[in-house]
Amino acid sequence: MTTSLQTEDATRPVTEPEDRNEPFLVVDDLTVKFPTFDGIVNAVSGLSYSVGLGETLGIVGESGSGKSVSSMAVMGLHDTKNARITGSIRLGGTEVVGLEESKMRRLRGNEAAMIFQDALTALHPFYPVGVQIGESYSAHHNRASGDTVRKKAIEMLERVGIPQPDRRVDDYPHQFSGGMRQRAMIAMSLSNDPKLLIADEPTTALDVTVQAQILDLLQELQRDFGSAVIIITHDLGVVAEMADDVLVMYGGRAVEYGTCKKILSDPLMPYTWGLLESVPELDSDPTQRLLPIPGTPPSLLSPPSGCAFHPRCRFRDHVPGDLCERELPELLAPPGHPDHLKRCHIKDPQAVLRTDVEPVGEIR
Amino acid sequence: MSATRAVTGSTAVTSDDVQESGRAETNGAGTPEALLEVKDLVKHFPVKSSGLFRRTIGQVQAVDGVTFTVNRGASLGLVGESGCGKSTTGRLITKLHEPTSGQMLFEGADLAPLSGRQMLPYRREVQIIFQDPYSSLNPRHTVGTIVGTPLRVHNMVPKNQMIPRVQELLEFVGLNPEHYNRYPNEFSGGQRQRIGIARALALQPKLMVADEPVSALDVSIQAQVINLMQDLQKEFGIAFLFIAHDLAVVRHFCPEIAVMYLGKIVEIGPRETIYKQPHHPYTQALLSAVPDIAQAKLGGRHERIMLQGDVPSPVNPPSGCRFRTRCWKAQDICAKEEPPLFQIAPGHQAACHFAAPLGEERTTPIGHERVGA
Repeated sequence: MTTSLQTEDATRPVTEPEDRNEPFLVVDDLTVKFPTFDGIVNAVSGLSYSVGLGETLGIVGESGSGKSVSSMAVMGLHDTKNARITGSIRLGGTEVVGLEESKMRRLRGNEAAMIFQDALTALHPFYPVGVQIGESYSAHHNRASGDTVRKKAIEMLERVGIPQPDRRVDDYPHQFSGGMRQRAMIAMSLSNDPKLLIADEPTTALDVTVQAQILDLLQELQRDFGSAVIIITHDLGVVAEMADDVLVMYGGRAVEYGTCKKILSDPLMPYTWGLLESVPELDSDPTQRLLPIPGTPPSLLSPPSGCAFHPRCRFRDHVPGDLCERELPELLAPPGHPDHLKRCHIKDPQAVLRTDVEPVGEIR
Repeated sequence: MSATRAVTGSTAVTSDDVQESGRAETNGAGTPEALLEVKDLVKHFPVKSSGLFRRTIGQVQAVDGVTFTVNRGASLGLVGESGCGKSTTGRLITKLHEPTSGQMLFEGADLAPLSGRQMLPYRREVQIIFQDPYSSLNPRHTVGTIVGTPLRVHNMVPKNQMIPRVQELLEFVGLNPEHYNRYPNEFSGGQRQRIGIARALALQPKLMVADEPVSALDVSIQAQVINLMQDLQKEFGIAFLFIAHDLAVVRHFCPEIAVMYLGKIVEIGPRETIYKQPHHPYTQALLSAVPDIAQAKLGGRHERIMLQGDVPSPVNPPSGCRFRTRCWKAQDICAKEEPPLFQIAPGHQAACHFAAPLGEERTTPIGHERVGA
């Protein structure tokens, strides 16, 4: 991991000019709350991470873990009337939290772009694909003529590997297959060469062979454009293929953060263990029972006290007393692992991993 | 196609007491342990033209000649990509769709020609678990009503026994029996899927069709539901037709696996062979496309067979082998002759003229060895 999580100086002015050494995206102590009739939903609490240009961060978590909400905050997509956002998000040195909508519009799609999960609902059924791709281009190129915009749309479609782009540019989304729609979405988001690309479950709705195509395309485009990429997914296999760094989220908080290789081969947090154990792999022993994580994901309206994972954790007896119920563990690097942060009270997670989680945690 | 149906229909049992006579046939035909034998099953959906007369202008060949056997208490996995016909096959077996032609022998009796009423006794034996636990439960019914309905329809338990029986079922699937009065919206996705399983379990079926039972669930919940289904299978001896697109989940659940592509089974065999020694190029490509954690742990990436383009339309499938348009092994014969399922090893069949394990090449098509030499 090239960047570790340092606690930013709170006195630092938000409008500070771009720091040359700062990664392209720095999220610091981000909290997103939604007031509802039932109470306040703590969708994201105290989340910090950073992504540099040319790097890929994988955010893993279940539904309701806050992974999508946090990235929508980066894009400034939350309605300020409904969402309370605090903390800091710096995109290329510009503070996004509290930024005026008119300025945000200049960043959105230009500096940072997003690919959504369901391409069919994200594309407008009424307009041809080319028009929609062109729109995202002309939004940031006011003077571009209609002809230029159309040419750009064709160029982008070609770039993402749509055959006969000059003909398909006039097709409507329903005339595209699932994989082609996702490609069109990628074309749309890349039309302004964004420096940050957020892919929110980009392949969840796709078949494995199409998924492989799209993941390859994303990697290729990242090599060409040198952009920062955040890939949000619940599929650990996708993360394993794509990401340099991995952030595991649970109940709106980061619970583990480190390099992809470390997290997958040497995880330090029971929730990550659970995720790895509960998924069958292509080379695991099929006669061995899966070890599910008991219970259900926590309610964000009234999150559990202390560690949000404690009601489902099998390893609470490794922690003395009722520390897990009482106290929220901090996201800290255990001794000897400076770049690997975990939020857990267990003193020596590696010993527990070796004795209790084997053989699933073992590297084959 | 309707003619075929009529013919098979007339030879089939027509008396009201289908169950009895159906069972009687078992002794003559059918292998002893085979529970369901599907033979050459076909389902074509008509494509209608727009306009006043809505003429039929084509056929979506969703399932086109599928043959397999599910043994008593065993599990067969059906894998394939969307549109390959795996869900349609599941719905045909439960008669949620009428098959165009073919046979479905359940304990020796053909279900294909049976009318809705004649099917009634078999509905008890064959149940289905749906993919989406949100849309497959009626939001206006309590869990008790949902799970109790099959019992009521089939007069399985007297009215005063209904609630205790429903509670017992809820307990089987790991739900709180006190919750029979609640509505589906009060449950999480995983719990709803358990309700769906309880409903399917209510009639103590011999065969359960599980159509993508875990793909709508969170990763940590998937394992819970898979374990539950395995427990139920062990306890009640239920056979499963397990339909899924997640290759690792299917491998975990099913000792025998059939791979489908564009309405046809392209490879079928025991899981060790299918996953370790796949012979059909499509199976090989499918397996290589799965993102792999184990590989990344070691810091390496596995070699991937990248299939070009999309699956062709099932309205107008390619001639000969349906996979040839995306196959790197395709030769002239593939466009001319449709490959049948060739026997590779006992119990392992692959529908490819050039079927060979990955890394090995076959120069002459199977069955043409002498012509080639």
